Amino acid sequence: MGRIYGKSSTDFAVDAVRLAIADAGLEKSEIDGLLINAGITGFSGSGVSLQLQNALGMGNLRLLNHMNAAGSTAAQMVQYATMAIDAGMAKHVVCVFADAPLQQGGSSAAAYGNAGRRAGPTGILGLSAGAGHFGANTSYALAARRHMSLYGTTQDQLGAIAVAERSWATMNPHAKMRDPLTLEEYHASRWIVEPLHLLDCCLVSNGAVAVIVSPPEQAKDMPQPPVYVHGMGQGHPGDTRHMGDSPETETGARLAAETVFGMAGVGPEDIDVCELYDCYTYTVLVTLEDYGFCKKGEGGAFVEDGKLGPGGALPTNTGGGQLSAYYMWGMTPLSEAIIQGRGQGGERQVEKNDLILATGNGGALSYHASLILSPHAN
Amino acid sequence: MADSPPVKPVSQPDELTEPFFAAGAEGRLLLALCDTCGEMRLPTSPTCPTCLAEGVTWREVSGRGTVYTFGIMHQRYHPAWEPDLPYNIAVVELEEGPRMPANIVGIENDDLVVGMAVEVVWEREGDAPVPRFRPVA
Repeated sequence: MGRIYGKSSTDFAVDAVRLAIADAGLEKSEIDGLLINAGITGFSGSGVSLQLQNALGMGNLRLLNHMNAAGSTAAQMVQYATMAIDAGMAKHVVCVFADAPLQQGGSSAAAYGNAGRRAGPTGILGLSAGAGHFGANTSYALAARRHMSLYGTTQDQLGAIAVAERSWATMNPHAKMRDPLTLEEYHASRWIVEPLHLLDCCLVSNGAVAVIVSPPEQAKDMPQPPVYVHGMGQGHPGDTRHMGDSPETETGARLAAETVFGMAGVGPEDIDVCELYDCYTYTVLVTLEDYGFCKKGEGGAFVEDGKLGPGGALPTNTGGGQLSAYYMWGMTPLSEAIIQGRGQGGERQVEKNDLILATGNGGALSYHASLILSPHAN
Repeated sequence: MADSPPVKPVSQPDELTEPFFAAGAEGRLLLALCDTCGEMRLPTSPTCPTCLAEGVTWREVSGRGTVYTFGIMHQRYHPAWEPDLPYNIAVVELEEGPRMPANIVGIENDDLVVGMAVEVVWEREGDAPVPRFRPVA
């Protein structure tokens, strides 16, 4: 994962699936489900497709689909795999994300920017581009500013999230950004769209991650320590601004929280580790609020004391997240949740990992899905 | 032959929004009133997202509103916008409820505040009318 060139999304996906099957101690012939998420290149048609099945030579799939609800897809794939296994439709389901938007010599902005320039804007939806409103950075800057003005959230508080995540990344051999970060360095990083600095924004990476979902009674006899799904939830506000809603500051995480906590029979006070989708620092802050770790509007004060970092009260994004480690959409928080649940975090392994919340968010805070995972069977 | 200079993307009227842009060319702001449930909206589809009925009547509105949120764009994203960097992008909440993306003109970026009162001013990019807002004195 990272700035790796010369491979297609499909090449990355095949690598990840091969490694995951070996890690799980399975034979390829035992895989009977395949769920695929193609990332940003999925929208341009150049991403990994259903043809992945053929590249993998999987001829007996009882479950197959190509899904894209943006950053919420990874958690969703695990949810649908879990339900399919529960229903008896499949036994071992591979969920894979792969993307290769970065071109050699090209910037991260170019990798994502080209999507916005393709068609001439029309109608009301075209007013955004007509006002020079381009890309996700702008949408999240507008959301963050709204929160700052409503609740007094400060730049230092957003910066505290970037600093905490970087502290975790220094201990993650897979992380791209491993040098410690100070709040001063955060402030000195260039503006992208005020109030977002460069270091408020995620990386862009090429690569793939695969996760295998298996029946719990089999998973306990497989070579790796299993991680169990205790809760699943989704919440999708879409764009309801015309109805007077404020998805910028009250996100789909609220609905997902009700479902995921309800299913697991726990609340935010029971969660030991958070792996939260962090396309921007602000996403972490608003997600913490919407899951009830603190009250609405108090996310800034909540994160300011460093409680998300190593040694803090609520270890969050313990691999460095998308801000500092790697940007594999929802697979970034999900993969780290599984690593922590398996107790394989090495230097960065948290002491208490009984309940782990992993979230995914997509669009401009439009889609949300989450899982509660645990090393303990439910 | 030299390349022609980059041109800012400007929204083009479609079948649904032709009255909106035609009025804009005359300096007037219209909203669509749902013929069935009466909701005022900036329509992005022919059907009302509240009651799912088709059919609207366009109404001229005050053009006044407040800054709901804003950002200052520093990123070189579209070549035609480069000379304007850093420029502001805002979402304006109209008095009637709908929110629209627009630039705020007649003010320094540093002086922008969420909640400030603004009013529409239709400008032109080439031949196309573009709605922008300016602070209300």
